[in-house]
Amino acid sequence: MTGMNDVMDRSRGRAKAAAPSRRAVRRFTGDHALLGGVWLLLAAFPFVAPNDFMVSLGVLFFINLILIASLNTLMGFCGQISLSHGAFYGLGAYTSGILSVKLGVDPWIGVPAGMLVAALSALIIGLPALRLRGHYLAMATLGFNAILTVLFNELVGLTGGPNGLLGVAPFSIGGLDIATDDRVFWLVWACGGLVMLAILNLVKSRVGRALSALATSEIGADALGVNCFRYKLVVFVLTAAMAGLAGGLYVHYNQYASPETFGYFTSVMLVVMVALGGWGRYWGPLFGALLYTAVPEALRSLGDFELFLFGLCMILVLLFFPGGIAAAVSTLGNRLFGKTKAGGRA
Amino acid sequence: MDSASTVLQLLFSGIGTGAIYALVAVGFNVIFKSTDAINFSQGEWVMMGGMVAAATVTASSSPVWLACLFAVLVVTAVGLVSERLVILPIAKPTPLLITLISIGLAICTKSAVMLTLGKNPAGYPGFAGDALVTVAGATVHSQTLWILAITAAFMVLAHLFFEKTVLGKALRAAAADRDAAALVGIKARSTVMWSFAIAAMAGAIAGTIITPLTLTSYDAGTMLGFKGFSAAMLGGLGNLYGSLLGGLLLGVLEAFASGYISSHFKDAIAFVVLLLILFWRPVGLIGKPVVEKV
Repeated sequence: MTGMNDVMDRSRGRAKAAAPSRRAVRRFTGDHALLGGVWLLLAAFPFVAPNDFMVSLGVLFFINLILIASLNTLMGFCGQISLSHGAFYGLGAYTSGILSVKLGVDPWIGVPAGMLVAALSALIIGLPALRLRGHYLAMATLGFNAILTVLFNELVGLTGGPNGLLGVAPFSIGGLDIATDDRVFWLVWACGGLVMLAILNLVKSRVGRALSALATSEIGADALGVNCFRYKLVVFVLTAAMAGLAGGLYVHYNQYASPETFGYFTSVMLVVMVALGGWGRYWGPLFGALLYTAVPEALRSLGDFELFLFGLCMILVLLFFPGGIAAAVSTLGNRLFGKTKAGGRA
Repeated sequence: MDSASTVLQLLFSGIGTGAIYALVAVGFNVIFKSTDAINFSQGEWVMMGGMVAAATVTASSSPVWLACLFAVLVVTAVGLVSERLVILPIAKPTPLLITLISIGLAICTKSAVMLTLGKNPAGYPGFAGDALVTVAGATVHSQTLWILAITAAFMVLAHLFFEKTVLGKALRAAAADRDAAALVGIKARSTVMWSFAIAAMAGAIAGTIITPLTLTSYDAGTMLGFKGFSAAMLGGLGNLYGSLLGGLLLGVLEAFASGYISSHFKDAIAFVVLLLILFWRPVGLIGKPVVEKV
């Protein structure tokens, strides 16, 4: 069981991350307080950001955070790699986008519809694939992503094909369009916070404890009466819906969608970002999303050299900090201050 | 063209592509056996084989077969050195960590090829020029016959290697039980290195023999790796003969899907069938179920 050590690490990491005092960790309130604090800090971002471009990166950060945090929940608990998170992201985006372009459906209805479509397709893939152990989820999800990429590209009448889906309406509240970076920021800020809160509550619930047992030893958990298959399926479907939400936010913010955004490469990169941030650690995705948003921008000036440097950094981080950045930060914080606020600086 | 020769035509093209998938799948299997990891760089080695051979043909005007041989040697060395550089230093290797690091390795390999050999598609003539051969009413590129012959030869040699040679037996022993193999003096770390070299070689052979038919470019590796992995899963992960069967089946499936249904949707159709087969037989076509102990 590959997940075992990681999950051990996670519970330890969480205790450290929660941190203010040992007692608070046991009462399960530390993380909630920290989450609230971090989100209040993040709310200051549009006021300190020097220009609109930085605010738009902030928007992307929250969309990426929803993707990476949801994938982290699935990978951290089920110990399996899903290579179709990009596809669920795309299903959310295209469902809501197409409803908006072709039928003029309001995004507030379109986005939940997109989440539903993503969740249903996860159910269809998960039902057969999650009964099996090993690399089958990876294969099934890889195939599913490949199929969807073909559909996004070839169903030109519906999706606009390789040229992309144009003319998607932005969100609006009572006639007020939420189209500019500074307005969308608050929407994705709220959605990101809700997703993080939902994941925190899931982790702390009875389901979360069952999942911890499952990830440590599936056979052991089965023997204790945990229905592993059902729990894995529930998490797979829930996280697909979250990816669908990210897709909906993306498409109505960009007012455009194109197939390569949701391809195989995206799915692989999301898995990588989960690992780089801190696989199976609650605060890991904050670092993963930060990397995924900021690093391509920072390396852009290097041109063709960008990709090579990116791969190299990735190998080095994984070699020297196999627990990801969240693990490195909490170790460093412990060493410097005795107690730590991992994730606080995102 | 009547329907019988259409079938034959599609069959040939499918088996030709399928042989390539089979070679790539062998690479996946060899590394999977030694590390339990999925090696994402496999497809990049295929691409690198074709790119290095093309660059050699252009630069030295040497015969194509010599350039291909050279490319296979270069890529085999790259596979071996890659393992020493990025897999060996892992403090606590887990299958997942190796898989993730192989993604980084794939990105580096791809961009290194792009930086050194350029972004333009590259190709060269087949081993027997670009002659066409007529077989039972179907027109076949002579390179397709070369692909079939070389793949068959590779499979036979791989079989002999794993059955008859000391190194091959050591690799199998380490794959079957790492601790027991260590007890009889087989170093797990060196078997991993050899498995990377063999996998890179299989990939490079595939890349050098397919390039005359399809051309190649720095970004062609991902898709080939993807198909090779599917072929490996289809046949049964970790099974040499499964790779061959899975590869051929996937190739033929794609050829018939594009010939009879739609070339736009051939990948989608091939993957739908693939998933259905996997859900029906989860261990692959000739894999054996493994009993897992707590």
